[in-house]
Amino acid sequence: MLAYVARRFVYAVPIVLSVALVCFLLVHITPGDPLVAVLPADASQELAAQLRTAYGFDRPLPVQFGLWLWKAVHGDLGNSIATGRPVLSEVIRAVANTVTLAVVAAVIGFTLGLFFGIVAGYFRNTWIDKVATSVAIAGVSLPHYWLGMVLVIIFSVQLNWLPAVGAGPGGSGEWKWDWAHLSYLVLPAITTSVIPMGIVTRTVRALTGDILSQDFVEALRAKGLSETHVFRHVIKNAAPTALAVMGLQLGYMLGGSILIETVFSWPGSGLLLNSAIFQRDLPLLQGTILVLALFFVFLNLMVDIAQASIDPRIKRG
Amino acid sequence: MTVITESVLQAAPVTKTRGYWGTVGRRILRDKVSLICACVLIAIFLSALFAPWLGLADPYQGSMIRRLRPIGTPNYPLGSDELGRDMLARLIYGGRLSLIIGILPVVFAFMIGTVLGIVAGYVGGKLNTAIMRTVDVFFAFPSVLLAIAISGALGAGIVNSIVSLTIVFVPQITRVAESVTTGVRNMDFVDAARASGAGALTIMRVHILGNVLGPIFVYSTGLISVSMILAAGLSFLGLGTKPPEPEWGLMLNTLRTAIYVNPWVAALPGVMIFAVSICFNLLSDGLRSAMDIRE
Repeated sequence: MLAYVARRFVYAVPIVLSVALVCFLLVHITPGDPLVAVLPADASQELAAQLRTAYGFDRPLPVQFGLWLWKAVHGDLGNSIATGRPVLSEVIRAVANTVTLAVVAAVIGFTLGLFFGIVAGYFRNTWIDKVATSVAIAGVSLPHYWLGMVLVIIFSVQLNWLPAVGAGPGGSGEWKWDWAHLSYLVLPAITTSVIPMGIVTRTVRALTGDILSQDFVEALRAKGLSETHVFRHVIKNAAPTALAVMGLQLGYMLGGSILIETVFSWPGSGLLLNSAIFQRDLPLLQGTILVLALFFVFLNLMVDIAQASIDPRIKRG
Repeated sequence: MTVITESVLQAAPVTKTRGYWGTVGRRILRDKVSLICACVLIAIFLSALFAPWLGLADPYQGSMIRRLRPIGTPNYPLGSDELGRDMLARLIYGGRLSLIIGILPVVFAFMIGTVLGIVAGYVGGKLNTAIMRTVDVFFAFPSVLLAIAISGALGAGIVNSIVSLTIVFVPQITRVAESVTTGVRNMDFVDAARASGAGALTIMRVHILGNVLGPIFVYSTGLISVSMILAAGLSFLGLGTKPPEPEWGLMLNTLRTAIYVNPWVAALPGVMIFAVSICFNLLSDGLRSAMDIRE
């Protein structure tokens, strides 16, 4: 097992490097001078040249990449152009809020998804299956940012039960696990949970159906095992794949939160990305994407390892 | 020799066999859900295409005194938007841009990804490693993040949004194309073609393409649903279409501030995105079972 873990980590190194390269190049596919955002409109040639040297934009690209990577490895992602604060601390503060949102959404989405999926798989082609499948397909087809708007319309505008935007009373920014703060989390979390709910339902339904039609289930029943015991075998066989899908979904929730965070003004990494894009704050854009992508790579690695630890067949493959 | 041929011909059953696509078409027509979805999509397509001849109001002509009328106002069957423009006209005209920016990325990615995947799968070796490892890099990003990163870096605009979504979908389609191609390349008929002297290009075009196109196509139709949501999402963030163009994602964005005044009018563009997205999803599912493709 240890050898497998080590091997997975070694495999991840080239991926991490390529991810860093893509993030680095993002700034250089930007049309125009990367200095545009920092330079005043009436800047002299001299000032421009000075800044270019200061930011290192006058060096050859590979050298720039090397320097940038060296600094990044040491936790220095540069300073935000808009606020002047270090990018890393800005990103980490925002990511914490995104993680809160994603974890709560994951609990909602995965619980419902597993429940609907197992029930639909067990009662295939009955009306229960039809309802669960319809819910699932609606979940994956919903433009989630629109669902967020509709929920705000119903629960904030019409019923006035829950706050529409923000992450706490008074915009204090400090997150606490009390109702005053949780009420701000309810709508964004439900909105975020819809897509994973749909995808987990579809996956688990297909898995349960497939496993139940295999011969060994027949054998278990013939042996006289109770339905609860058969169910336990089904769960064991479905777990590795279901786990992989859920891990991937958690990663998508963390990385793809920009639309929902924009709708709810949730102060997470997505909202940070949004302001970085529109203020053309390139170091912040680069840093946020790098941190989120590395998070995703790390999560995938953890899922691989978890999968291998419950399914010994994967290690050999 | 001739005698055998004739006897074989006579013994052959006279019933006409239906071709593969004939069977698929018949199955789709029998599937009520797919049929309804296809009809809804065709209706949205046609009304977007023939919008100027439907006798609608001008989708660009606003009126400061008739802003945010509720649904059902005379002359404004679906209300009016924040600049007093007719919502019905804007929703129908909006289909033009929304469908283009949602569907084109998948079409481009389908073409590029199929070629890359077939080449990687058939040629194998170092070329396969080079293509597939590059593809892996893009899988290290959640797709929403990748789309937003690229169009955020390129800047707002319709072309940039199509380019960024194409980049998001190419790796996914390439992976599917590569895996079905590796499944086909060692089959007897490919060996037979190679033995009879066919070159690599001919084998890929004639023997492989026909056998892998079905699964790739079905997978791609499923992506259209995601693409519609993402393309409208980019516009919603302000990274796609620019005002005053009617486009569903952008309309949702500009109407967001109106949810306190006239909430249900503000939610209408999302209904269109949802309808198109769910129809493509269901149609793709129907196509998958009609073509008997297992994932």
